[in-house]
This record gives sequence, structure tokens and C-alpha cells, in this order.
Amino acid sequence: MNIHLNNAIANLKKDILILCSMVENAVRSAVDAAVENDAEKALKVIDNDETIDKKEIAIEEECLKILALYQPVASDLRYVVACLKVNNDLERIGDLGSNIAKRAKAIAEGKNCKGEIDFKPMMDITRSMLKGALDSLIYMNEVLALEVIEKDDIVDEYNCQMFKDVKALIQKHPENVDYYLNMLSVSRYLERIADLTTNICEDIIYMNRGDIVRHGGIPSIRKIIQN
Amino acid sequence: MENSNIINHQPEEKKSTKISVRNLNFYYGAHQALFDNNIDILEKQVTAIIGPSGCGKSTLLRTFNRIYQLYREQRADGSILLDGENILDNSVDILELRRKVGMIFQKPTPFPMSVFDNVAYPLKLHFSLSKSEIVERVEKALRGASLWDEVKDKLKKSGMALSGGQQQRLCIARAIAGEPEVLLMDEPTSAIDPVGTLKVEDLIEELKQEFTIVIVTHNMQQAARISDYTAFYFQGKIIEFGITEKIFTSPANKQTEDYITGRFG
Repeated sequence: MNIHLNNAIANLKKDILILCSMVENAVRSAVDAAVENDAEKALKVIDNDETIDKKEIAIEEECLKILALYQPVASDLRYVVACLKVNNDLERIGDLGSNIAKRAKAIAEGKNCKGEIDFKPMMDITRSMLKGALDSLIYMNEVLALEVIEKDDIVDEYNCQMFKDVKALIQKHPENVDYYLNMLSVSRYLERIADLTTNICEDIIYMNRGDIVRHGGIPSIRKIIQN
Repeated sequence: MENSNIINHQPEEKKSTKISVRNLNFYYGAHQALFDNNIDILEKQVTAIIGPSGCGKSTLLRTFNRIYQLYREQRADGSILLDGENILDNSVDILELRRKVGMIFQKPTPFPMSVFDNVAYPLKLHFSLSKSEIVERVEKALRGASLWDEVKDKLKKSGMALSGGQQQRLCIARAIAGEPEVLLMDEPTSAIDPVGTLKVEDLIEELKQEFTIVIVTHNMQQAARISDYTAFYFQGKIIEFGITEKIFTSPANKQTEDYITGRFG
């Protein structure tokens, strides 16, 4: 038993879970701030982004240290490599949370047009995807990971619909153009978050069984998981 | 393919088989060390045999040139086809087999003679060559073993006076001088320093252009670095055999996974 490597991997797991929880909180608060027009909440998310960035760097250094010192192989190697990628994706999700918060702050400080665009369903599904991705990482659950991947198309559709709605609303109320564009940006950020949670889920499947499932499409992932 | 023990990752492109082991069992007296082994060693590829101590790695290697026959109580049954010919057959010319299948041991074994004579030894044993031809072939073998530049000015000095890494490359030069087809290496770098190890590893990469190489190693990172195929042995059985890259990133067998990740062995 390689105690040093096992301890290092256990620490890495702990750090990744801490980052997961930081990122999940950031996205949840940012979305809440956008829905509730809460500039103060939005500001907290923006300020916390630096903590997420620092954690991401610490995790990357930890992964590089493990690769250099212990030369892991097989499942250990896959775990460390996947952690490097998941770490990067989580940091980008954190950035997108911060971007949503910036838009939420602008919306809260601008003209009050609350309620004109209902993107709660899109927010709910994106948040559930993020939660699902993080749960599947914690429990190494491929079935849960696949469920998250399957939801990505729904978020894409919401984003397309949002573009059409905003276009129509700008034509109807050109005086509210800033508000609509901010909302459109939030929608785009949510769509990016959904993409990144999908990437995380693909990496979880790689961690588990060593198959790279990117670009293969959902039917192919389903087939691999059923094997 | 009849290889019942080969359970992982068959080569994607078709390469020709140099050694084909079928239903091989090996015994040290009453003790059976290998059990129904089936494995194909591909031509001009490096195949690494890994596994915990006593699992049968070196035993397998020792069957490929029948060196075990030096001990009366040791015997093998089944078949080992070298280019289609069963080398376990009694009619096989042992001297010719050992020319075709050279062996490098864990500790460098230079003969107590000059560097030149060490390499010339198999040439005199197996071929009728003129003096100038021997000189030519000794130089070729020393160059082939990446040793020529280091010893060209001390060919008459004792082979025993070289450093450990140089001695091991001298043994490789001696082995390739006889123009073998297969090189067996039994932990060839375990007794030499890291710089010497690196030189031998680089040499193996060059040697595979001409020779089929089978290497037994305890150093799994070395197996991962230098081999094209890896076989994992446990208790005399081939647990998994396949492309090295796959074995070390996603092995098919739990025992292989546990061994290479250090969870047992």
C-alpha cells in the first residue's frame, strides 16, 4: 500500500469537495441576487471569486505535486488527471457565477423591470445540473452524471428561446434595452455553466472507467455506462 | 486466437508473432511455477513482464532459451514456438537456440577478459570469421550497444574494469554480437546507477528496431517507459496482457490495478 500517495489523493479529494461547495454557493447566490434584485448579495459573490481562484491554484499545484512525486498509474492517475480538469472547470463556473453577480448588480442598480423575463426554470435546471455534477463527483455515480449530461440540451433550448424573447422585448420596449441585455447575458452564462457541468460529468465517467466519452454523444455514453 | 489467459487489449495493428507460448507449465521438481501460460511476443517490440517477487516472471524468461536445462530437476511442458518451431522439442540445437535468443542478467556478467575479447567471444563460438571481420563486428556490436565512444581507446583493458552501467552495455554488446533475434533481459538495470539505467533504457529503444525484446522488471515505471506490451504475472499465471499504455492507464483486471497502484504486492 502506497501510504504517501493514498494520503495525497485523500487530501486532493477533500480540497476538490471544498471547491465544489464554494462554487455551488457562488452560483446559487448569484442567481438568487439576479432574481431578487439584491445588489449586496451580488457584491459578496464578486468579492468571493478571488477565494475560488486561490483554491483552484492550490489544487492544481497539489495535482502537479502528486504527478511529479508519486507517478500514479491506472485509477489513481485517472483521478488526478480528471481532478486537474474538473478543478479548471469549477474555477470557470465560479467566474461565470461572478459574471452573473455583476449583471445582477447592474440590474438591481438600474431600472426596475422585475418580472418581465421569467428565467427561473432555466436557473433551476442549471442549478440542478451543477448540484447533480457535484453529487456524481462525490459519490462517483455515473448514472447521475449521465442524467446531468442529458439535461444540457434543455438549457441550450432555454438560451435560444431567451434570445428570441429578448429580441422581441427590445423591439417592444427599447427604453429597457440595458435590462434586457443584462438578462440575456445571465442566460448565456447559465448556458456556459451547464456546458461546464457536462464536462465535469464526462470526466467523472473517465475517472471511473477510463473511457473518454467527450464528443461521442449521449447514446454512446449510455452504451458505455451500461457495459 | 486460442490465448485463454490473454484478457486485455489485443494489438490493434497486425504485427507478426516472434514467440508464441501455448499451454506452458513449468516445474521446479515437484513445485509447479507456471500454470497453463499462453502469450504472444510480437516481433521487434519490447514486452515487459511485471509482477510481485516469485510470481514466475524470470521463470518464463528462462524457458525462452531453455537455460533452465542446466538444472536437472527443472522441466517445462507445453510449447514455445519461436518463428513456428517448438523450442521445447528435444531435437532443437541448444547452442543455436541460445545464439538466436540472447540473455542479459540482473548483474552485469563480463567475462574476465578484455573488452574486445568479451564481444569477440560469441563471434568465435558461433561463426568462422577472419580477424578483420571479427574486428569489424566487435566495433559494430559496441556501437550498437552505445558503448563504442566510451571504450574505443581501452579495448584491451579488462571488461571488469568498466563502470556498472558500462559493464551491462558490454554484456548487451556481447549478446548482440552473435546476431540474435530475441534479447531476454532479466532486471537489466536493477544493479546499476540512475545514469547507467537511463543509457540502458535509451539503448533498448534503439535495439528494438532490430531485435525482439522481453524484459523482466520490478520497476513498473521502467516497464511503462520502455515497453510496448506488458504482461502482469501473479502466482505463475498471466493475469493480464496488453498494450502498455492501456495497462497503466485503465487495466481491465482488478488484480492488475491493485498491483500497479501499489495496493498489493
